[in-house]
Amino acid sequence: MSKNPYRLSNGGARIDRARKVTFSFDGKDVSGFAGDTLASAVLASGQKVFGRSFKYHRPRGLVGLGSEEMNALIGVGEGNKHEPNLRATQIEIFEGLSAESQNRWPSLKYDIGAINSKFSRFIPAGFYYKTFMWPKSFWKHVYEPFIRKAAGLGKAPEGRDPDTYEHMHIHADVIIVGGGIAGLAAAEAAASTGVKVLLCDENPVLGGIADLTAGMIDGECVVDYADAAALRLAALPNVHILTRTTVVGHYHHNYLMAFERVGDHDPAILASGAPKHRLWKIRANKVVVATGALERPIAFANNDRPNIILASAVRGMIGRYGVTPGSTGVVFTNNDDAYLTAFALKNAGVNVRVVDSRARADGALVKRAMADGIDVQLSSVISAVEGTLGVTAVKIAAYRKGQGRVITEKKVDCDFIAMSGGWNPALHIWCHNGGKIQFDDGLQSFRPKSHTDNIVAIGAANGTMSVEATLLEAQGLAKKAKKFKVEEPVRGALESLWFAPATGKYNEGNKHFIDFQNDVTAADLELAQREGYESIEHTKRYTTFGMATDQGKTSNLNGLGVLSEATGKTIPEIGVTTFRPPYTPYSFGSIAGALTGELFLPVRRTPIFKWHTDHGAVFEPVGQWRRSYTYPQASEDKHQAINREILCVRNKVGMLDASTLGKIEIKGPDAAEFLDRMYTNTFSTLKVGKCRYGLMMNELGFLTDDGVTVRLADDHFLMHTTSGGADRISAWLEEWLQTEWTQYKVFVTPVTEQWAQFAVAGPHARDVLSKLVPDFDISNEAFQHMSFKQGHLGGTPVRVFRISFSGELSYEVATPANFGQGLWNALMEAGDEFGLSAYGTEALHVLRAEKGYIVVGDESDGTVTPIDVGMEGMVSKKKADFIGKRSLEQSFLKSPNRKQLVGLLTEDPTEVLPDGAYAVAVVKDKPPMEMIGQVTSSYMSPTLGRSIAMALIQNGRARMGEVISFPLEGGKVMKATITDTVFYDKEGGRLHA
Amino acid sequence: MLVVTCPVCDASGDETDFHYGGQAHVKRPATTDPVNITDEEQRDYLFIRHNPKGLHFERWRCDRGCGKWFHAARDTMTLEFKATYGITELPPVELMKEAKGPWAEFFKKRLKEKA
Repeated sequence: MSKNPYRLSNGGARIDRARKVTFSFDGKDVSGFAGDTLASAVLASGQKVFGRSFKYHRPRGLVGLGSEEMNALIGVGEGNKHEPNLRATQIEIFEGLSAESQNRWPSLKYDIGAINSKFSRFIPAGFYYKTFMWPKSFWKHVYEPFIRKAAGLGKAPEGRDPDTYEHMHIHADVIIVGGGIAGLAAAEAAASTGVKVLLCDENPVLGGIADLTAGMIDGECVVDYADAAALRLAALPNVHILTRTTVVGHYHHNYLMAFERVGDHDPAILASGAPKHRLWKIRANKVVVATGALERPIAFANNDRPNIILASAVRGMIGRYGVTPGSTGVVFTNNDDAYLTAFALKNAGVNVRVVDSRARADGALVKRAMADGIDVQLSSVISAVEGTLGVTAVKIAAYRKGQGRVITEKKVDCDFIAMSGGWNPALHIWCHNGGKIQFDDGLQSFRPKSHTDNIVAIGAANGTMSVEATLLEAQGLAKKAKKFKVEEPVRGALESLWFAPATGKYNEGNKHFIDFQNDVTAADLELAQREGYESIEHTKRYTTFGMATDQGKTSNLNGLGVLSEATGKTIPEIGVTTFRPPYTPYSFGSIAGALTGELFLPVRRTPIFKWHTDHGAVFEPVGQWRRSYTYPQASEDKHQAINREILCVRNKVGMLDASTLGKIEIKGPDAAEFLDRMYTNTFSTLKVGKCRYGLMMNELGFLTDDGVTVRLADDHFLMHTTSGGADRISAWLEEWLQTEWTQYKVFVTPVTEQWAQFAVAGPHARDVLSKLVPDFDISNEAFQHMSFKQGHLGGTPVRVFRISFSGELSYEVATPANFGQGLWNALMEAGDEFGLSAYGTEALHVLRAEKGYIVVGDESDGTVTPIDVGMEGMVSKKKADFIGKRSLEQSFLKSPNRKQLVGLLTEDPTEVLPDGAYAVAVVKDKPPMEMIGQVTSSYMSPTLGRSIAMALIQNGRARMGEVISFPLEGGKVMKATITDTVFYDKEGGRLHA
Repeated sequence: MLVVTCPVCDASGDETDFHYGGQAHVKRPATTDPVNITDEEQRDYLFIRHNPKGLHFERWRCDRGCGKWFHAARDTMTLEFKATYGITELPPVELMKEAKGPWAEFFKKRLKEKA
């Protein structure tokens, strides 16, 4: 094999040349060395194209060195372990890694979507808004599939993720975001005061770009100083270091979120049981933003061709991995820093020349380059790039700021470009929670100004580009500032270069890309201006500039510069778009953490849950509870089982696990008066040992809950609420007690889970209870409907309420939860001879609907008053005040045109109206039709042998006997007669049997 | 994610450990005089709230702690909690004086009463 021209024969501080690593990229085996990133290893293999662009499908290569990379987005792993959109520059390779490029079909080299590029003049900014307007029906079948196929970054994994994730919560006195020279120095300074320091860095190695920085600190070169500082910090007990951990967001009161890639770089870590990712939720007293700066590209014609790379990234490729993008390079710059890249290339034996847009460049580095014999062309820009899948040549033209036309140009062969348009402080973390920024003329960029949180920015993140000043800023964290002796090259001034003019017609085959990831060009931004999207926030949304995973890291300032030149406004006048978390994307797995599957939402189970499971119950979720829906036996389907259960209650006796019913004990000398305030009806008149059904409204006069309340003693009540309402209602009672009627002496105690409770309902209910020899009189005379007894059943302590939600003779038997299963079994055994059978929630619903009993949440929806559901009689006229009373007196709540609850009998008794079906005034061929109400509950009643329904219908109670129509899907219309809501046992004799 | 400190049990925690309960010091007209409440008064009680930029007075509940409701004075711009105080109490005098707009109006009478 001939010598690889891209892997230099020496150098590469991060790689171990003794350890070869083979991985697969787009199905091909590629080899690199331990320590390589996917980017460096693929580049070393000679491949320059890493992906296709979002809109035009142009071939794209690497641009960056780390998290700023916007082109080389890679999918890693296969099947259910696939993770899309990772930056090639951050993926550490390991043996067996499987990776693939994205947004290309069928291959990187030949991509069908690239035809978009040929039609680009027809796909201008705002294309989607302009084109996909009409007709509406085209959205579903034409536009959306087209956009989804043409656009999109990466693809979702297939199947359930087998890896684990976790959340960590941590407090820190000081968190330092970024472990470069600034962060390391700040960590040492802060740690010296004895406080707890957390240092987070997104890279595997601390030091930031110390290795790409020129200079000496106390006689050591910068990178050696950084390495030594990292070692010192690691040994300190009060410093916690997290590498491969990106602080993705800063929120109110110094709350931060950090995303740690625990096992991405080494499958052995995952195999040992560690989570793949960890999401750290951090609360810090002080935040130090030491996030460094990001180099900006330059907008020149076809600046997106593969192998046009940021100067710092080229320097990093050589220094860290011993990789060069090519053999002949052009460094294109407007500042001194990129000259370090020229030196690195020259030292590596790569041919290099410098094209510098400045007329005057006399910094130490420029002088040194000239002295070293590097060809430096001042007052010049790159005006054209040749090559499609890579760079073959550039054209260099004379340039003077403010005079934008190309007159002559010279062609120079080369195979890569290292560009640098200056550096932008990484302001994201500073700005997430409202930090203010200011424009700095020296940097031609924004830097931090002020913040309301306890947060500081230091070093390059603060716009401080010199090593010495950075170290000084870091000493602000120490009690006593340390002194450093720093030698570093003196930098000449940068001159902004927002747009390098090109030959040929503007934007015809020579696109000046601003936002590579979203395929936004300088022309697009200017077009947005011309079309009136003047505000930068509008420009952003219209052109998609600065959106998506990249969030404008490299593009923001360049875009502002182009707009500034187009409008004549200064950059601060134009302003910046909002920086939003996350800094870089983090995985859905990390957001979910361990809260998946059974832990996603804890399930509440009654004491009888196991019995239900053992007896074939089909469960349904009711709030967080799982309740038995029905108990199908042997050959029954659900429908048959429900009908059997209903008829069993009507004809024999059934038993329901009602333990989920909300139970709240209300005790104290003012308990009765308090309940009078809470309920629409009166409880102070309730006699001890009696039960009363109550309605609860909110202050707007709308129904919120209902249930039976029992007076256990003069000052002691037991309130039942709906199963879903238990927590809400106890909080509601507490709120009024604590905030409005603070003088009341009342305790509110939720006891739902303390009790198991069963409804024994049916003609034989008394017989079943009698068999267990109650120690209280159970006769109809002694224990009437709506009353309560306390005692023992078969020796088990019980509270028994004679209340009914089925319309049958019914007892609700409550026992302390631990006795629940025993009592259930005893009742089952006692009921055997009477044909007792368990029934589920669906039978319960049909039974109550047959009786016209409402369910809050079915018959009411938060806009329904007690009067609407026909319970005006339960709204006290005597009580001076209760919650919702005054609102109920508003005229619009008394209008006869309000929807009122009625019963419905369908014309065809075998047909069941769909739940929620709309009634209309007049049936027409097609909508719109005037709607007059909707079905709230609808069932096939086995008791009556026909369908029944309840509905809220405008002025319904005045329309008894009227036939109304329900147009359904497919043109079908069902008709039903309005009736009373009670369908069965209208006199209620069975309740009192 | 705000940090809230309960004045009753003294626990500090994330705002998710607490429950926000809307504007403080809203008077429920029916509690004192259930008979003579105009529609406008009832409307104001139910729906009309201050929305100041700056100092605001709110109700919070120590949900995962002692369960008690309390009052908080919070700056809606900086999100700083200036004080937390009991549910039946008025804010510290200096904050009543600092309040602007409708809040200044509201506290004027209370300050007079205190003086």
